[in-house]
Amino acid sequence: MLNILWPIFIIISFSYAIFSGNLDNLNSAIFSSLEEVLKLSMTLLGTMCLWSGLMQIANNTSFVKNLTKILRPLMKFLFPDIIENDKLYNEISMNIVANILGLGNAATPLGLKAMKTMQKDNPNKKVLTNSMATLIVLNTASIQIIPTTVIAIRSSLGSQNPTIIIVPVWIATIVSAVVGILATKFFIKMGK
Amino acid sequence: MEFISFLSGIAMPAIILLIVIFGVIEKVKVFDVFLDGAKDGISIVVSIFPTLVGLFLAVYALRASGIIDLIINCLTPLLELINFPSEIMPLALIRPISGSSSIAVAVDIMKNFGVDSTIGLMASVIMGSTETTIYTIAVYSSSVGIKNTRFVLVASLLADLAGIVTSVIVCRLLV
Repeated sequence: MLNILWPIFIIISFSYAIFSGNLDNLNSAIFSSLEEVLKLSMTLLGTMCLWSGLMQIANNTSFVKNLTKILRPLMKFLFPDIIENDKLYNEISMNIVANILGLGNAATPLGLKAMKTMQKDNPNKKVLTNSMATLIVLNTASIQIIPTTVIAIRSSLGSQNPTIIIVPVWIATIVSAVVGILATKFFIKMGK
Repeated sequence: MEFISFLSGIAMPAIILLIVIFGVIEKVKVFDVFLDGAKDGISIVVSIFPTLVGLFLAVYALRASGIIDLIINCLTPLLELINFPSEIMPLALIRPISGSSSIAVAVDIMKNFGVDSTIGLMASVIMGSTETTIYTIAVYSSSVGIKNTRFVLVASLLADLAGIVTSVIVCRLLV
């Protein structure tokens, strides 16, 4: 994707700047972009280390397991087809919990494992099953309890209150996830 | 509003406290395990650093050249009809496609309009509440050789749209 996007961005912006005589701005943008990346990366480095460390502790306790238990009624509603399959249930609920905790690196392998397990029982290997579709929609909805990357960005830019966006993020995420799930259920009912 | 800012403020400390207490109760060697996990944080940042260098350059150049303003000016009359802030449009457009580009665009917007301004807050909430939808769909379906993703793209983009609209509304109420 970026192999297409990146050259388009560079070619359009650089040639437009040259033709419109905006070279001074462009030159200073080149260096200020590098400076900004460095500043952001320093803050990100701290945030990511802290969070990955904490999540490693959580992973070594029954924290994750307890969360998957709390999710059970919701899972029944979301994935009515798989609830009796224990292995699959675990993979999917662990994927969702990893997403909630912001363990992006752990969430994806778990999700892909669940996809593989579901594909085994899929009668048509080229088409998504209902549960597979639901799992993907959930994974595009970014249900995250602490939006660590945004908080790091905000504090690197000198925000007065980097964490003020946490509750607004929860509200927006929940609305977005509910809409995604309702749309999924609707399309499934319609037989799409 | 007071309550929202209180809840936002307590969320992170409460979770950190909870995890450490859980670890201590279940007799985990908390600090050793913490260090072990924290090392992963370094490799995450190191591995995205080159990507960010490339994309920050591209996005800052788009801004400096005047292209972003040009696009926004074209879209403004349309967006004004639905009372949508055109300043965050670049983020809404790039967010589903590329994660690291959207970080660059979000930083650019927050820097230009102020990180604590309404626009800055909107950009933050959009970043936190949406995901790289198209990339995620591609990774998940191609991992098992699926060709037909049925309604998934439509449902996910609807969810993103709802998330973006909610972000705009919530931030307007917040300020």
